[in-house]
Amino acid sequence: MNASLVRASGVTKSFGHHQVLNGVDFEVRPGEVSCIIGPSGSGKSTFLRCINALETVDGGSLEVAGSQVGYELRGGTYRPWRDRDFARFRSGIGMVFQRFNLYGHLDAVENVSCSLVNVAGMSKDAARERAMAELDRVGLAAHATKRPHQLSGGQQQRVAIARALAMDPQLMLFDEPTSALDPELVDEVLESMKALALGGMTMVVVTHEIGFAREVGDTVSFFDEGVIVESGTPDRVLSHSSSPRTRAFLDKVL
Amino acid sequence: MAAPHRRTEPLPGPDGALIPITPRMHWGRWVIGALAVAFVLWLVASVVFNENIRWNRVFEYLFSPKILNGVFVTIWMSVLATVIGLSLGVVLAVMKLSRNSVLQWIATGYIWFFRGTPVLVQLIFWYNLAFLFPFLTLQVPFTQIGVRWDTNDIMTGFTAALLGLGLNLSAYFAETVRAGIQAVDRGQTEAALAGGMTSMQTMRVIVLPQALRIIIPPTGNEFISMLKTTSLVIVVAGNDLMTNASQIYKQNNLIIELLIVASIWYMVLTAIATFAQSRLERRFGADAVRLVRGPTFAQTLLKRGSPAQQAQTATEAMASIEEKATKR
Repeated sequence: MNASLVRASGVTKSFGHHQVLNGVDFEVRPGEVSCIIGPSGSGKSTFLRCINALETVDGGSLEVAGSQVGYELRGGTYRPWRDRDFARFRSGIGMVFQRFNLYGHLDAVENVSCSLVNVAGMSKDAARERAMAELDRVGLAAHATKRPHQLSGGQQQRVAIARALAMDPQLMLFDEPTSALDPELVDEVLESMKALALGGMTMVVVTHEIGFAREVGDTVSFFDEGVIVESGTPDRVLSHSSSPRTRAFLDKVL
Repeated sequence: MAAPHRRTEPLPGPDGALIPITPRMHWGRWVIGALAVAFVLWLVASVVFNENIRWNRVFEYLFSPKILNGVFVTIWMSVLATVIGLSLGVVLAVMKLSRNSVLQWIATGYIWFFRGTPVLVQLIFWYNLAFLFPFLTLQVPFTQIGVRWDTNDIMTGFTAALLGLGLNLSAYFAETVRAGIQAVDRGQTEAALAGGMTSMQTMRVIVLPQALRIIIPPTGNEFISMLKTTSLVIVVAGNDLMTNASQIYKQNNLIIELLIVASIWYMVLTAIATFAQSRLERRFGADAVRLVRGPTFAQTLLKRGSPAQQAQTATEAMASIEEKATKR
């Protein structure tokens, strides 16, 4: 009934001679939380970055919201997007990185309001007000004027989540959001993500947190050597997998 | 370099009792130090008490109007040439990093040309531009509307100096800016792009402000260097400090005296610029600066902390040693 928000079929990608994606088939419907697990170097982060066009795709089809990513159909031919087409496309997708990537020269509230001012064209005051509301949502209003290096890893990642949410994205991408965190800081970030999922946000989450995938994910996909080996409900993939590769991986991480 | 930390707290002996430390006298260091001081004093004295230098004439000229005027021109010229060099350098760096290969090649060629030819040659070239283009014309194409100047009116020693020094600095500075831009973490660019910014916005709003903190310290050095490089302007009679000093000594033959006058002023200007640089660095992210230059003398002094703090760390160290000893 629902059209897919992200639909990939046969997506391939290589860096030089190294084939990273070997024909990925993947689908996310609006409101779904889709978790991607798999060993390091299996191509799951690269695939996530393809979804918001931070990486280009070599072959296959990748559609977001019903149209091809990176190309515009005009006069019977596909034309590559211009710089501002990419910018407009990405402004509707939030991304959270493994290493947070908060802007080092701006404080927390400026990090959140930056795109509101420069991309959405809001006035500085309105953007600041909105940014404060977003920081409040992740419980960091008290840290608004702190620079990234004054915040803990968990706080930085929550600011990054607030920064992505401020632009009212229709899709949120998480690239191993807790992998760079000290163990005791992982939960605060996962809690923010869980709240987001409960609010109905469409999310694609590349993660090593099997517990999170089981609890929050609507679907779990297992990536290995550039393809999705298995995909389904958390219960099927994580507890009753038919694939020996999936089981071997889960044995190692659990 | 700071002296190595010297321990004064006593150490536990074999039976556990504390035994004090007797400091070592470094006789070799004292002898070499004394010899070095004697040599430096002899050098200074041989200049200061040299009867061939007329110090009264040095002081007479130090504040003469012509010299002061030269000082003013030198400052003004250094500031303007540095501003030209810095702004053009940023443009060149962005060109060199652009995806447009034509722009890349133009920037590379420019940098090669201006770094490949001596600045002295460039100064003389600009001064003599009139041989190539007797008139400079700004005109709206296909109309009679425009302005036209005699090149010799425009290319005074001062403007030739500005162009020569500014364009030359921009070529060197472009490399500094490029390194600064590339030192900004790639993740910053990705976050900005993911946030919906265009590549131009990303450069302007996110990357350049952060690159600035890396670029600032060398900028101060470029300006300090520029203060003295302006003395080359003597070849195009730019009316700077060195030109004016040379004009005076060509008349009265007090060569050494006027070189001393000029040197004193250059040293004063350099001292002021060095002070300003340290203030500037403190304003622009101390972290980034510390990576490029070590802490200043004052910072080193402050960091040593109060005697109370030192005593405390010493006591802590003692406690941990005793703890280890009892474990054994």
